Amino acid sequence: MYPKSMQESLKNVEQTRPERLKLAKSGKKIFPMMSADERNKILNKYHPDFQADARCKIKIGPNKGDELTTEVTDILETYSRINPKDFDLSNPDYETDVLVVGAGSAGFAAALLAQENNVEVTLVTKLRIGDSNSMMAQGGIQAAVRPDDSPTLHYLDAIGGGHFENKPKLVRALTFEAPGSINWLKDLGVMFDRNSDGTMVTKSGGGTSRLRMHSARDYTGAAICATLRDEVLNRPDGIKILEHQPVIELIKDKNGKVAGAVLYHLENREYYTVKAKAVIIATGGFGRLHIRNFETTNHYGATADGIVISYRAGAKLMYMDSVQYHPTGAIFPPQILGFLCTEKLRALGAQPVNSAGKLFVNPLEPRDVEASALIKECADKRGIETSYDLAGIWLDTPLINMINGDGTTEENVPAMVRQFNRFDVDMINEPILVYPTLHYQNGGVEINERCEANIPGLYIAGEAAGGIHGRNRLMGNSQLDLIVFGKRAGKFAADYAKGVKLSNLSLDHIYDYEKEVEKIGIDRKKIAPMILPDYIPDHVKAKQLTTEYHGTLI
Amino acid sequence: MAEKQKMVKIHILGEPFYVPDGLTIINALEYAGFQLTHGIGCREGFCGACGTIFRKKGDYKLQAGLACQTIVSEGMYLAQIPFVPAEKPIYDITKLPPDITSFKELYPVIFRCVACNTCTKSCPQDLEVMDYVQALIKGDVEKTADLSFDCIRCGLCALRCPAEIVQYNAAILARRLCGRYLLKESRDLTNRVKEIAEGDYDTELDELVKMDEDKLKKKYYEREIKLFD
Repeated sequence: MYPKSMQESLKNVEQTRPERLKLAKSGKKIFPMMSADERNKILNKYHPDFQADARCKIKIGPNKGDELTTEVTDILETYSRINPKDFDLSNPDYETDVLVVGAGSAGFAAALLAQENNVEVTLVTKLRIGDSNSMMAQGGIQAAVRPDDSPTLHYLDAIGGGHFENKPKLVRALTFEAPGSINWLKDLGVMFDRNSDGTMVTKSGGGTSRLRMHSARDYTGAAICATLRDEVLNRPDGIKILEHQPVIELIKDKNGKVAGAVLYHLENREYYTVKAKAVIIATGGFGRLHIRNFETTNHYGATADGIVISYRAGAKLMYMDSVQYHPTGAIFPPQILGFLCTEKLRALGAQPVNSAGKLFVNPLEPRDVEASALIKECADKRGIETSYDLAGIWLDTPLINMINGDGTTEENVPAMVRQFNRFDVDMINEPILVYPTLHYQNGGVEINERCEANIPGLYIAGEAAGGIHGRNRLMGNSQLDLIVFGKRAGKFAADYAKGVKLSNLSLDHIYDYEKEVEKIGIDRKKIAPMILPDYIPDHVKAKQLTTEYHGTLI
Repeated sequence: MAEKQKMVKIHILGEPFYVPDGLTIINALEYAGFQLTHGIGCREGFCGACGTIFRKKGDYKLQAGLACQTIVSEGMYLAQIPFVPAEKPIYDITKLPPDITSFKELYPVIFRCVACNTCTKSCPQDLEVMDYVQALIKGDVEKTADLSFDCIRCGLCALRCPAEIVQYNAAILARRLCGRYLLKESRDLTNRVKEIAEGDYDTELDELVKMDEDKLKKKYYEREIKLFD
């Protein structure tokens, strides 16, 4: 159902398809991989991170003087939502051993392991439990399980994909514990795709040297996250759940240990305090900051709240100058702008081709390189124009069934087929139009292999953590990191909570931080965390005159 | 988007609003000035938070769909569903048999199914919901797991069910039992987990952790790539 303006280009794709299909079926390389030099060149020129104003020095806090992604600096140089003097910290509303913030797969894994290590757990989340980017992951989870694969090869792929900037000990934990993580999930009841003989179905992904991607159709994240959610719900005696209550500040004790958090109830607008011996931040990433105005694949709640509150409390960040753009976000029709078109499509044989129907890059370069190649192609005017000032690249999805047999697409990526069908695009028989989309926060709060930040009592897991993937994560290593480091955070935080003694609680760090913010001349109205993005149009906002009214009406 | 947008009239909680044609229900609500904290989630059709019911102008049918995946049309009456109250029994997955006895105990409500097919008709994923409930009644856990695999737990089936079954929660249990007990064992996985536990990869990995960058780079760029069975 493409408009007339795209039909000519569509014909080009059909014309070149037989040749491209022949090559794909021959088993030969369909397009050469870039050398290290070529990769650097294309990244420097076309990757959004390397554009002139993409980064900006942060003037305050633990990373003072570092260049961070401009939108990140912007959201860190802000005031708090609260005034510490309004809180009586000697009488907290809740008390717990381990407070887990965020209810995606990392938060769930952390909560389960903390509970298994015999401490009281409270799990708090901004929206419903399970509302997370974890739930939306499609393609897969990496683990070196095949006999021709090994954790060692997985290590090499991950660290090479991350341009050798990953923290080695974190990569070791990630790859070493991958097969065990799959096994743990299987025992909890996750239905990974299997061949008829029981072996795991494994696919390739960008930057992998072996077939290592395990999947649950293209609902991999949902299968994992919903299973973990169900298990968390089965342990009400050990895990207390508070929904619709985002954490908006951390609480420390007089000795500087992290000792709890302040919650904001989205319904009744009350603020609550939680005293906790340890806090695990598993709040995910920053897609909804729409960095460089990119559309995003991310969940409504992905606003980097955990990064903001951790930074304010003194946590050091790592690689927060690096953004992952997924090479293939939907760009047509406009209702699904930015939606994820899983890398599994390319792993199954779909090829990115330009308006002339020409393949211009190996479909499985690491994500940053692949995305840059697509951006370059459009910048060089070889993209396909839409009627709304955006250009895209064809992802030739009909090849999937042609290469692997009829029904492959329907069976392997039912979510994608369903998604495009809803908007009148038949991806089995016609290509889809794609462009890079804001997908993942490569960096985060720097952790060690025990998931500890540089402040006692603060643990980080999942996308909010920095160092595991360097400045570029490979497909399937995020789903894996949620489990490996979620479990680690839960275990190590529980161990710590059993021994720690807290002194009086304090929010003084907010005063200290705000003094710095004031010194650099930031407007008082700049407040974070953001909690939720605001998509109300300007002409409506202009009439919403009482949004800050303090009376009987909101 | 085009400058002169065609507008459509929709009704949100009974009140009329004019919004651009072609918007999804979620986008239309935001366009109308609503900041949503319930009935909204991933915005991409994966999380099931935005189940919604609506009537179209001149249509007797009460329809169900996902607000992030449904485009508004002229005269549409919308009602957001902020929350689906549904029973979820507590269980220990390690102690349940993967057969009908677990469902008799935990979800006896499934046996109330009158095969009216309302659940199937209300499923925004187009799943054969009634078929999987019927399969479960017959004790076919695997079939239930397979048919319900793409469920996103929006709860619309349970809301519309005249027999008050909680299809989607029963289906999660079916999938978990299937994943844990009924799928064939992967020997490769069992072997690899055992090798790791026995320390087979410790030395190799420790060497990589310590390796200087030049050597590591060489190893990376020279590694053999094997992506075919």
